[in-house]
Amino acid sequence: MKSRTIASTVVLLAVATTAACGGSTENASSGGGSGSTAGGSTTITYWASNQGTSIQNDKEVLGPELKKFEKQTGVHVDLQVIGWPDLLNKILAATTSGQGPDVLNIGNTWAASLQATGAFMPFDSKALDAVGGKDKFVEASFATGGAPGKDPTSVPLYGLVYGLYYNKKMFADAGLQPPTTWQELMTDAKKLTNPSKGVYGMAMEGGSYTESVHFAFIFGRQNGGQPFDDSGKPTFTTPGMVAGVKQYVDLMSQKVVNPSSVQYKNGPEAPTDFAKGKAAMLMSQNNADNVLQANGGMKPSEYGVVAIPAPNPLPPGGKDVASFVAGINLSIFKNTKNKDAALKFVNFMTSPEEQAILDKPYTALPVVKNGTVNFTSKKDEAKAFAEVLANKSEPLPLVPAESAFETNVGNAVNGLLAQAATGKTVTDADIKAALQQAQDKMASAS
Amino acid sequence: MTLTTRAEASQKPGTGRPARRRSLSWGRATPFLLVVPAVLLELIIHIIPMLVGVWMSFVELTQFFIANWSAAPFVGFGNYGIALDFSGSIGKSLVHSFLITCLYTVIVVAVAWAFGMAGALALQRRFRGQGTLRTLFLVPYSLPIYAGIITWSFMLQRDNGLVNHVLLDNLHVIDTPTFWLIGNNAFTSMAVVNIWRAWTFAFLMLMAGMQSVPDELYQAAAVDGAGTWKQVRYITLGVLKPVNVVLVLMLFLWTFNDFNTPFVLFGPTPPPSADIISIHIFSNSFVNWNFGLGAAMSVLLLLLLLVVTGIYLLVTSRRSRRA
Repeated sequence: MKSRTIASTVVLLAVATTAACGGSTENASSGGGSGSTAGGSTTITYWASNQGTSIQNDKEVLGPELKKFEKQTGVHVDLQVIGWPDLLNKILAATTSGQGPDVLNIGNTWAASLQATGAFMPFDSKALDAVGGKDKFVEASFATGGAPGKDPTSVPLYGLVYGLYYNKKMFADAGLQPPTTWQELMTDAKKLTNPSKGVYGMAMEGGSYTESVHFAFIFGRQNGGQPFDDSGKPTFTTPGMVAGVKQYVDLMSQKVVNPSSVQYKNGPEAPTDFAKGKAAMLMSQNNADNVLQANGGMKPSEYGVVAIPAPNPLPPGGKDVASFVAGINLSIFKNTKNKDAALKFVNFMTSPEEQAILDKPYTALPVVKNGTVNFTSKKDEAKAFAEVLANKSEPLPLVPAESAFETNVGNAVNGLLAQAATGKTVTDADIKAALQQAQDKMASAS
Repeated sequence: MTLTTRAEASQKPGTGRPARRRSLSWGRATPFLLVVPAVLLELIIHIIPMLVGVWMSFVELTQFFIANWSAAPFVGFGNYGIALDFSGSIGKSLVHSFLITCLYTVIVVAVAWAFGMAGALALQRRFRGQGTLRTLFLVPYSLPIYAGIITWSFMLQRDNGLVNHVLLDNLHVIDTPTFWLIGNNAFTSMAVVNIWRAWTFAFLMLMAGMQSVPDELYQAAAVDGAGTWKQVRYITLGVLKPVNVVLVLMLFLWTFNDFNTPFVLFGPTPPPSADIISIHIFSNSFVNWNFGLGAAMSVLLLLLLLVVTGIYLLVTSRRSRRA
């Protein structure tokens, strides 16, 4: 009898401990994880990236829309807004553990990399029909959904491109016109720089690896470089890529950027500098608009937007690229228990009505056909961005190694910027060595 | 029930054995039962993840397999090969990171111990304000790690950081604002921040140890003509020896494995001068999505620390036995 008690106590303890663990995972999954169906109403979890001026602002923007969706479909959406520095790591953790949300936002450049993990639900033709069909989306944006020739694992949500913002008053005071070539941009920037007053020609988010890699790509393309060859092998150290990185780092070397901005990485610090008149120009995606107005108190009439210029004449093999097709995509986790609800939600978020509503606070370009640019009332700004998207944008390489390219090259460029900021000369050899190191790390990734 | 069985057993000695064994087994099992929850938790929290880590180091756990670990192909010692190929870029950066970590550990442990010892000695004698000072010294240790380090990162900012403000505007030691968080200064900043945290722990341990030194020893030494220095050298340090053995080992392990300081100061990819080993492994796993390689590096680190700890304990215990 006693030994039986012992045995049962042991079993009980064992079960209790495992149950306790089970309990905690259960909690974790309802907190960050897949939704549950209780009492007839379905709940799905949605990870939204930080698109507004703050995480709080995102909650305020999305809240009413999610309520509207609940009213229409009876599906409750549990919203979590995640800041950019954490987003990719959180997605990776969710992928590894299998405990993810039902629907989530991804940076569209990660689409092919995340597709390769197999964690996301492929949008086959049936799923695409459920979200309104492939033809509803703008082609260039839809193409970012995954590697070519495969069912995409994401669909576009917000469209973004880079533009060159300039402070109208500062340009007028100096008797300058917005630059049309990179050389002009550099001369203007030098003229507008006055360190003793804390004013610089250009604002820069110099500690942000994503910004750095974007410009490495854009300027690399202007100089005839290409980060990957046709077989998907990294070619970071080609002369074109080196020249592209140099073009970007030179902004720091030539001292037209506040050296302190190499530490900017947590958020919209560069746009805030621009908005406060501490920098005359800013290269940013169109979602900077809301930051300029909210954080910096800048009126839309105080700034203008043109395409980021290329060197003139273009270096051999170079193209007049002013941006890549940037944006936010929506993905569904493969192991969601609420596939139908998730599809309904994706359909809702990408509907022309919601696009028209959300594009405004998030200052995004429409990703559905026949949408109008309505985040700005300024016709010339809308036209400039629309033109960049239509004629001067290339997608970042749609290869699985893209995400590793972003982090490795982005961090390499950040290191070079830091070197330039501390007054050390950055030579072509330095750039090549840094890019070579980034490329060597890629070999381990694939 | 036990009582009746025992009573029956004592009445009939011939049939008592099985009953006694039953009651004995209960008694024998109790200690085991008491440790069962601890063992289970230890397994779940430490041992199993560690074994999973070892398994990971033998498979090619890259982005193509992280959603389905079981499909990751077995690569044997392939990951170790990459990590230990010192002519390759990855091996080279691992060695670089290892050397930096060694330097960091030596500096932090030495300075933190010296500060801790000085502080403990200073507070050994009674004087006014002793309690206040003692409390003040413990602040770095009682602050949440993250809050403490993030405060440092604000203070070390170039434009509006307190450090530059004091050095540049108040003391005029430097002419232009300095970057404390990039370039080679990053190493110094990281070491200072960790010393700031670690020395209070050394102080706490040493102060506690000093309480056990009987006053008579000092009095006797004083009678024999020993000065303060000799008292410290032969009495305090002598009695504190076992404390020091453990303290230095703990400081060493914590500093060598330090992740919080560089991560909070610099984020996931610190400047090369501050790329110490644990964050180096982290970036190799998460930045490149190659968890197999990261795990192989972790296992190498674990083995190294085991060996170093083993040798250290062997040497120190032998020395103390000789003494």
